[in-house]
Amino acid sequence: MFKYFEPNKIFSITSKAPKYVLFLFIIVLSIGLLEALIFSPEDYKQGDAVRIMYVHVPSAWISLGIFSLITLLSIIGYIFKIKNFFLISKSLAPSGFIFNIIALVTGSIWGRPTWGTWWAWDARITAMLILALFYLLYLFAWRVFEDKDSVFKATLIITILGIINVPIIKYSVDWWNTLHQPASINIFTKSSIDISMLFPLMIMTAAFALFSLLIFLMKYNTELIKIKNKGLDRL
Amino acid sequence: MINEILIMNGYGLYVWSAFIFTLVSFATLYFVIKNQYVKERNKFIVKFGTLNSERVSLAKSQGMNKEILSNTSSI
Repeated sequence: MFKYFEPNKIFSITSKAPKYVLFLFIIVLSIGLLEALIFSPEDYKQGDAVRIMYVHVPSAWISLGIFSLITLLSIIGYIFKIKNFFLISKSLAPSGFIFNIIALVTGSIWGRPTWGTWWAWDARITAMLILALFYLLYLFAWRVFEDKDSVFKATLIITILGIINVPIIKYSVDWWNTLHQPASINIFTKSSIDISMLFPLMIMTAAFALFSLLIFLMKYNTELIKIKNKGLDRL
Repeated sequence: MINEILIMNGYGLYVWSAFIFTLVSFATLYFVIKNQYVKERNKFIVKFGTLNSERVSLAKSQGMNKEILSNTSSI
């Protein structure tokens, strides 16, 4: 099965896909922005400040999702010796990091009108900050280590240590008394969020997911060309 | 109508700054990654141009090299 992930086989697809993904992203983002900023209702408690949710929540979800995926790919890549999985992980990291920063900054902006403060050492906020540090460490490892085996080992250790933080972020609101409210959206049980707010949230999540796919494809193609450049030197 | 959207009952500054920060972050990351891609592809094209005919035919036998050279349109 893993042979289908060989760079030579998928480059013909990954090199052509970004322009279509960019086009789709612009359309979905435009719809999402209209829904989030104009058509969705204000909250009965938070008023219009609730609109920050439409950028804050998808960013947090995607940064957590990407880190989990990077960890999974690193573990599988290390066990089955699939170098391409490390390359995919490396290409996913920049968008994961940016979404983490967006979640922190927009959360801080949202905190001012709702909690009365820009920052609090709340369990979830602190855990998100720690996740950003793990993302930085991960990206830094790729720059520091030149030897492939060293970088694979280092990034694997960073992701395994970092993934411990992911359930802490998810369940911190249930485990401790924090400023964050408990989850309003549940996959297995009924969500407490109204459909008029859930719809724009899902559209914005789809737009952000498309953006991370776009960045991933562009970065992955760059990494493949970098390898081919080294290959030309050896001819 | 426009004033309502901009001011948002006093929350406009917070809402708009959060959205603008997000969109600026997207644009910055997009152009940084695009710049890296263009640099690397141009380096490849220059290197390919310096190869002799024997090495060119050897390099062209690898499908991906042909894809890189043919895919000269920007993202």
